[in-house]
Amino acid sequence: MKKTRTATKATTRRLLLQGNEACVRGALMAGCRFYAGYPITPATEIMEMMARELPGVGGTFIQMEDEIASLGAVIGASLAGVKSMTATSGPGFSLMQEHIGFASITEVPCVIVDVMRAGPSTGLPTQASQGDVMQARWGTHGDHPIIVLAPSSVHEFFILTVQAFNLSERYRTPVIILVDEAVAHARESIILPEGNIGIEDRPRPTVPPEWYIPYADPGTGVPPMSAFGDGYRYHVTGLCHDVRGYPTTRPDEVGPLIQRLFSKISKDLDRLQWFDSFATDDAQLTVIAYGSVARAALRAVKQAREQGLKVGLVKLKILWPFMRQTIAAVMENTPRLLVPEMNMGQISREVKRVGRGNCEVFTLNKCDGTLISPQEILRKIEEVYP
Amino acid sequence: MAETGHPIHKYLRSSKKFPHIWCAGCGIGIFMNALIRAIDRSPYTRDDFVLVSGIGCSSRLPVYVDFNTLHSTHGRALTFATGIKLANPRLKIITIMGDGDAVSIGGNHFIHAARRNVEIAAFIVNNQIYGMTGGQCSPATPYGVKTTSTPYGNIEQDFDICRLAEAAGASFVGRSTVYHTRLLDKLIDRAIEKKGFSVVEVISQCVTYAGRWLGLSSAVDMMKWQKENSVTVDKAKELSEEERKGKIVIGILADVERPNYHEEYAKLIK
Repeated sequence: MKKTRTATKATTRRLLLQGNEACVRGALMAGCRFYAGYPITPATEIMEMMARELPGVGGTFIQMEDEIASLGAVIGASLAGVKSMTATSGPGFSLMQEHIGFASITEVPCVIVDVMRAGPSTGLPTQASQGDVMQARWGTHGDHPIIVLAPSSVHEFFILTVQAFNLSERYRTPVIILVDEAVAHARESIILPEGNIGIEDRPRPTVPPEWYIPYADPGTGVPPMSAFGDGYRYHVTGLCHDVRGYPTTRPDEVGPLIQRLFSKISKDLDRLQWFDSFATDDAQLTVIAYGSVARAALRAVKQAREQGLKVGLVKLKILWPFMRQTIAAVMENTPRLLVPEMNMGQISREVKRVGRGNCEVFTLNKCDGTLISPQEILRKIEEVYP
Repeated sequence: MAETGHPIHKYLRSSKKFPHIWCAGCGIGIFMNALIRAIDRSPYTRDDFVLVSGIGCSSRLPVYVDFNTLHSTHGRALTFATGIKLANPRLKIITIMGDGDAVSIGGNHFIHAARRNVEIAAFIVNNQIYGMTGGQCSPATPYGVKTTSTPYGNIEQDFDICRLAEAAGASFVGRSTVYHTRLLDKLIDRAIEKKGFSVVEVISQCVTYAGRWLGLSSAVDMMKWQKENSVTVDKAKELSEEERKGKIVIGILADVERPNYHEEYAKLIK
């Protein structure tokens, strides 16, 4: 317990933190008080630090029997009114898909960190990849919305973890943080913010219990959520349900439910364009990147500029819902795009969809467990520069 | 004027569109009645209870009753229940699962919930078959029985759910049939009171599917079968291994005191 107190005090100082540790700091600052998980490389540090820190802040930690159980417990805790999260890597993320769908249709806020490692199946447990982009979007069955964030540094991992909780609470939806092993295990200097960092909480019912209609749209698309035990007794089910939460097969009830699940997020797409851009104004070629690859890309772009090549960079912080507006705006300025990724081409497919053939999209794909280096990106820039 | 009507009525969700999904003659309704009677005479209010279920016929129960209710995923009710209990230990958690739900797809969650001893009252309505999907073999289907997925007879051995629970560390284990309603009442009371993981296996009849392989076509016949094939724990001790074969041993099978998870965790926070 003494260790916990020392660690908490240190928040006012400049810190050297590992990505996974910064994630825990962000989660605790966002108000996360429940963690359930299962050991898996390269995400385990998140679980270990939660086990150390949560008792000290009155939160609860539990190591579950597998990843399915972990996300089940997280959803249960969130239904009881506590901000909750779990973290895993590819194989565990595959197991969690069932409950991501459950959280989506029942609209239970929760945060899931997937520290991506290379390869399908057991793959390369200690090496980086960006292979889970499409799994994060479409991994669970059925049509569902999802929010996926992608940090590229230790500091961003901290900030985006706070934001993951905020978005999850605001929209009552599971939020996934996709981070590659390189960012999760990197150690960087970080100054944690003090004071009010803008924490959001789920909307709560203000009407008396007998007036509470748990899944009725209040106009925002996000129904107020009561916690189990607060006196608002209601039914939660993974079946398609009516506004009272009861199972239904009526097309005029199922249709609006699914539509609302999508529209509660899509209506805010303008607010969900989170990116950093560098030297894009006069760019003849723009690199679109995310995660650790965006850092290599920045270096490559700077080197290209030194050579007189007009190259820009857009770093994506949200992967899903895909930032069509941002990409479309880039395409208006730049005839050519380059999308380097540590996979066989997942985000590049979306970029091409937005381009509809009107823009040349080049890819640089690598999935051998090694990072994409600035030199590799620079060579590709030189090759495809108009 | 004195209020009349069945005591269960005040717990039914009047806004829920009845009728329920259960077949005529199904035993789940008898269990639901017993459960609600137990809750009604308990010292807790209905706001204190969370009913969590998995997927299957018995898992449809929570939707009909006015508590905090969660109809979760197949086999995973105990994982959600664990999260709810640890996030708010004041709540009384009841899980309702079927035999396939609890010990097939949810088998791992079941043994670990027992080992961890989280305070949850787990009820397993065992009709020895997958009813909702059309009468397939479950881990509780006896050897040799023909079902829609064992057309030549079941070549697997069935689980003894109570022995499994006891071996995994459950604090309280009991078994009843829906015929033995007095015993069922008592076991539910004890399970709700228990400050640890408790398991009550409720042998029930699936007239539609399981009745076929027993050669019994009515709920009355199946409940007579329950009556005639059950022996109490005390009586079972007097029987030889051979005599006990095929009998349903009913009563309290385990009742021990063990520290539960949230009490242990509370010590860490202090």
